[in-house]
Amino acid sequence: MALLEIRNVTRRFGPLAAVDNVSLSVEAGEFFTLLGPSGCGKTTLLRMIAGFDQPDAGTLLLDGEDMADTPPERRPIHTVFQSYALFPHMTVAQNIAFPLRMAGNAPDEIASKVNGALGLVHLEDKDRHYPHELSGGQKQRVALARSLVNRPRVLLLDEPLGALDAKLREEMQIELIAMQREVGITFVFVTHSQSEALALSSRIAVMNAGRVEQLDEPSRLYGFPRNRFVADFIGKINMLEGEVAAVEGDNVSLRVAGLGEVRCRSAAALRVGARAALALRPEQVRIGAAGEALELPNRYPGKVHDFLYVGDVTTYVVDLPNGQRLQALLPNSSAGRAQFFEAGDAVAAGWPAEAGVVLTD
Amino acid sequence: MRSNRALKWLVGGPPFVFLVVFFLLPALIMVVASLRYPGDFGGLAPLFATRPGEEAGLTVESYQVFFSDWVYLEIFAKSFGVAALTTFVCLVMAYPLAALIARSPKRYRDLMVLLVVLPFASNFLVRVYAWMIMLGPFELLFSRFAVICGMVYVHLPFMILPLYTNLEKHDPTLLDAAQDLGAGAWQRFWRVTFPLSLPGIFSGAALVFIPVLGMFAIPEILGGKDDWIVGNMIKESFLGTRDWPFGSMLSLMLTIAVLAVAGAASWLAARGMRRA
Repeated sequence: MALLEIRNVTRRFGPLAAVDNVSLSVEAGEFFTLLGPSGCGKTTLLRMIAGFDQPDAGTLLLDGEDMADTPPERRPIHTVFQSYALFPHMTVAQNIAFPLRMAGNAPDEIASKVNGALGLVHLEDKDRHYPHELSGGQKQRVALARSLVNRPRVLLLDEPLGALDAKLREEMQIELIAMQREVGITFVFVTHSQSEALALSSRIAVMNAGRVEQLDEPSRLYGFPRNRFVADFIGKINMLEGEVAAVEGDNVSLRVAGLGEVRCRSAAALRVGARAALALRPEQVRIGAAGEALELPNRYPGKVHDFLYVGDVTTYVVDLPNGQRLQALLPNSSAGRAQFFEAGDAVAAGWPAEAGVVLTD
Repeated sequence: MRSNRALKWLVGGPPFVFLVVFFLLPALIMVVASLRYPGDFGGLAPLFATRPGEEAGLTVESYQVFFSDWVYLEIFAKSFGVAALTTFVCLVMAYPLAALIARSPKRYRDLMVLLVVLPFASNFLVRVYAWMIMLGPFELLFSRFAVICGMVYVHLPFMILPLYTNLEKHDPTLLDAAQDLGAGAWQRFWRVTFPLSLPGIFSGAALVFIPVLGMFAIPEILGGKDDWIVGNMIKESFLGTRDWPFGSMLSLMLTIAVLAVAGAASWLAARGMRRA
C-alpha cells in the first residue's frame, strides 16, 4: 500500500479547476516531485496534502486513512515554505524546538533532538542566532531542520530553492538528496524547474492546467515523453511536425513538409495519414561539414544560424531546407570533436532512425 | 559628504531647536520653580528679598511637605492604579478589534480605521459629558467605575491604532507554519501572534498609561471628590491653592515616576525577550 494516496482529487476556484481529477500515489521513502509551470495546480495540491485546503471532490489517504477530518496541526506531514516562515522572535534552536514543544516532548528530549537536527544541517554553532542574522542558505537549512526534527511521515517542500542563487541552489540540491537518504522520510517536492526535478527526484508528476500529464522516473520522462507538452517542458527539444506516411512494424516514416520522408521508430500503434511529430533531443542531432558524408538515414543540408557556447557544450542552431530551425548539441572536448562551426557555415545535419520519439498527442 | 551633513542639520535643526526652547527649557524652569517659595497671590516669590521678612530664594519646602504626608504618595499610587487598570482594559478591548481590522480585506481596513478615530471629530468635553448623561440614570456617576469608563472610552483609539499597525504587518505564512508544525489555535496566538505584537502593545500602553496619569478633566467630571488623581492635584495647586512651587514639584515627581515605570517596563520586556 502506498504511503500517500491521492484519489480523483478536484479543487475548483470559481469556474476554474486548479486541480482536475488528479490521482497518484507516493511510496514510502520516495523523493516525489510535482513539476509544472506556475498555475498548473501543483501548489494547490500541496496545500491540500498539508491540510490548508480541502478538495471539492476525491480523497487523500495517508497510510490508507482518509485525512478529510484531520486538521493540518494533527497531520504527521510538515511543510518547508517557499519563504521559509521562520519565527523571527525565536532563535534557531527555539525554531527547531517548536514542533517538539507542540508535541509535548520532555525538555531534555527536546534538547537532544534539536542538537541532532542542528548537526544534520551543519548549523551547530548557530543555535543562539536569530533568523535575521542568517543568510538565505542558512535560513533554508533551519527550515528543513525544523520540519524534519520530529520525523513527519511526509515532508512537503514548496519551491524551497527558489530564493537561492544558482550556485547555492546546486549545493542545496546535493544536500537535499543526501539528507533525504539519511532520514529516510518521504519528500514531496514542488518546483517549476525541470532541471531541479530531474536532478532530485525518484519520480516526477508533470502537471499542466490541473492535470497530471505524465508520471514517471526522470530518465523515462526525458527519453520517452508521452505528449508534446511533456516533451517541450522537460529539457530542450526539436519538434518536427508532419503526418504518418508508412508503418512497417516498428519502422515508421513521417512526411514532413520540405524535408520529405523522415525515418523513425515507434512501438505505438500509428495510423497512416494521422498527424504526428518527431520529438528530437538536441544531443541526438549530429552535424558535420557540408561535404561530409554522414552515414545516417535522415540527413539534410543546412546552414548555421547561430550558436551558443557554454563551456562544456555548444548548441548550434541550424536552418534546415524547409525553414525549420534545429538545435544540435555538441560536446566541446570529447574525442572526435572534429570541427567548430561559425554562423553562416554550410553544414550537414542528421540523425539515426532510432533517435527521438513519435508523438501524436 | 559635507553637504550631506549640512542637510542633516538643516532637516533636524528646526525640530531640535523647537524641543529645546519649548520642552527642555520649560522643564528646567519647572525644576527651579519647584525649589522656590510661592508668591503671595499665586506665582512665585522673588529670588531676592525686596523687603525685610519676605520669603525669597530657594527652598525644599514643597518636597518636605510631599514626603511628610502619606496622602500624596497614596494619590500617586491610586493614580498609577487607575492608569494601569485603564491600560489593561484598553488592551483587552483593543486587541480583538485591532486583529479583526488587520485580517479584514484590504479595501475595508481604511474605513474601519476611520471609524476608530471618528470620535475625535467631536469635542472631548462633550463626549465626557455624554457619559454623565448615560451613567446618571443608573446611579453610576461620581464613582471609580465612571472614571475608568471615561478613561477607557477616551483612550481606546490610542491602543487600537498601534496594535493594528503592528498586527497588519504580520506574515500570515508564520501562522500556517505554526499550524503545520502542530500548533492549535491557542498556541498559534500565544506563541506567534502575541509575542510578535509586543512592540505594538508597548507603544499602545505608553500612549494610554501616561496621558491617563495627567488627566484631570475626566475625574473631575465623572468621579467623586475622593477620586482625585495626580492630574487633579497639579491642576488644583496651580489654579486652586495657587501654590506654584508645589504644583511644579508634583509635576516633576510625576515625570520621574513615569520614567521609572517606563524604564522598568522596557527592562522587563528585554529580559522577557531573552528568556522566551
